Amino acid sequence: MNIRQVAALARLELTDEEAGRYQVQLDQILHYVEQLNGIDVRGIEPTAHAAAVYDVIREDVTVADGLSQEEALRNAPLVAQDQFRLPKVVE
Amino acid sequence: MNPSTFTIAELRAAYTSGEISPSEVLTTLAAEIEARDPDIGGYLSYDLELALADAKSVDLSKPLGGVPIAIKDLINVKGHPCSCASKILHGKYTSPYDATVVRKLREAGAIPFGRTNMDEFAMGSSNENSGIRPCRNPHDPERIPGGSSGGSAAVVAAHTAIAALGTDTGGSIRQPASHCGIVGLKPTYGRVSRYGLVAFASSLDQCGPMAKTVADAAMLLEGIAGACARDSTCLDAPVPRYSEEIGKDIRGLRIGLPAEYFAVGLDPAVRSRVEEAVKALESLGAELIPVSLPNTEFAVATYYIIATAEASSNLARFDGVRYGHRAAADDLIGMYGKTRDEGFGEEVKRRILLGTYVLSSGYYDAYYLRAQKVRTLIRRDFEEAFAQVDLIASPVSPVPPFRLEEKQSDPLAMYLADIYTISANLAGICGISVPCGTVPVEGRDLPVGLQLLGKPFGEAELLRAAHAYETARG
Repeated sequence: MNIRQVAALARLELTDEEAGRYQVQLDQILHYVEQLNGIDVRGIEPTAHAAAVYDVIREDVTVADGLSQEEALRNAPLVAQDQFRLPKVVE
Repeated sequence: MNPSTFTIAELRAAYTSGEISPSEVLTTLAAEIEARDPDIGGYLSYDLELALADAKSVDLSKPLGGVPIAIKDLINVKGHPCSCASKILHGKYTSPYDATVVRKLREAGAIPFGRTNMDEFAMGSSNENSGIRPCRNPHDPERIPGGSSGGSAAVVAAHTAIAALGTDTGGSIRQPASHCGIVGLKPTYGRVSRYGLVAFASSLDQCGPMAKTVADAAMLLEGIAGACARDSTCLDAPVPRYSEEIGKDIRGLRIGLPAEYFAVGLDPAVRSRVEEAVKALESLGAELIPVSLPNTEFAVATYYIIATAEASSNLARFDGVRYGHRAAADDLIGMYGKTRDEGFGEEVKRRILLGTYVLSSGYYDAYYLRAQKVRTLIRRDFEEAFAQVDLIASPVSPVPPFRLEEKQSDPLAMYLADIYTISANLAGICGISVPCGTVPVEGRDLPVGLQLLGKPFGEAELLRAAHAYETARG
């Protein structure tokens, strides 16, 4: 595992000290989970959800009021003109 | 008598006789929290004024009328902070809505009161990963309360709460319940709505009751279970009257004992307590049957692939845009990276990294897909066992609660201690931890829990057996 590459995918800006520590710990954990490679899983269906008893279906209608714009913005770190304000994306 | 020591049943009786009012109970609890919680750290916050306002309109004739319930700090309660014990949200987020479990509690007359400590985003087994403050075991303040619902377990055990809600992704209700000597129930996946819970691993998470008695847990589960239009994984199976089911006897109940759960690594004193509890169930008329769950040894590896993969995806929402902490940066990508590095704690970052890796291009089949297939094998183990038995009995944790910081430098060792609880989440079945005595450790008596596992939607049987055992134990 290349820790810097994975951290970039995860949008985590790690310090050098963190990157070094995680590299060692995650290599150790990956070594442990690789025991699964010894199991014969040919023909076994993957389980994504344990309780896949039946599908739950309802009418495609709004079940409740959503948040108002004001409520949705109330926890935002930075708001401008009733919108989330972000650092510049394009030059 | 101080009402903070009451069970839900005792509190309801005191309301009915008119000897106390909900506002008096809330005020007493607040005083108890002020006096004793600083040494325990079970709460992250509480709001007496909001609770007293709720108490004014409460209907005491409802099943949980006037009962204050402490809420794990990842469950949204409108107007309350919801920090998930993370610096990324702490002091920066107020819930704009009620989770379904909270709405249901209110409809049953309960009053949400107090936000309990936890491992950050529910990632941990000791509560040491709280980004806000440590939480201690009320039975020995040098020791962990367990996790991730450590605060919920500690406040119930310390009588600074009547009862609490927790969540369980790999044992996070059952293990702290065991370590703190209370009752904790993880419902079947799909029994209780997840709407309004901050998601850790969506295919494993369930919310459940943490209480002083099995009867209290039954009452709370009855209050929160049932279909939810806002969670399509929550099934519309009928909700039994759990509190009426628990009085029935357990004669003829078949209880399976899995050899793999009484194996190497199990503390001998813990083993003795659990075996005594199993014998007590036998003397109540249950039949003991040896069963095998052969894929148990692969559960930890399977769990830490699936849970971290789901977590890495769920925690992508914490990016400094819509809520929570935002770091200063000149560009958007830099803002994301700095915000998440500053806001998340060590274990959360470790799991995001692992989850991102096992989902990444070229590794998905080797790790994630393979783990999902092994998950099928683990689920089949339980299906085969439940063809022979009604319940499975085992320890909850292989060891008594350890000292704070004892295991923190070795994440893998910490993960391995989850061995007896995580399979239930992978298989989606229900489980309960009920106190079964104590073991002496360095001059202190530390609680031990008996775990009972049940079939999907088998909570009534689970509660009935736990209640029969609890009553016989006295």
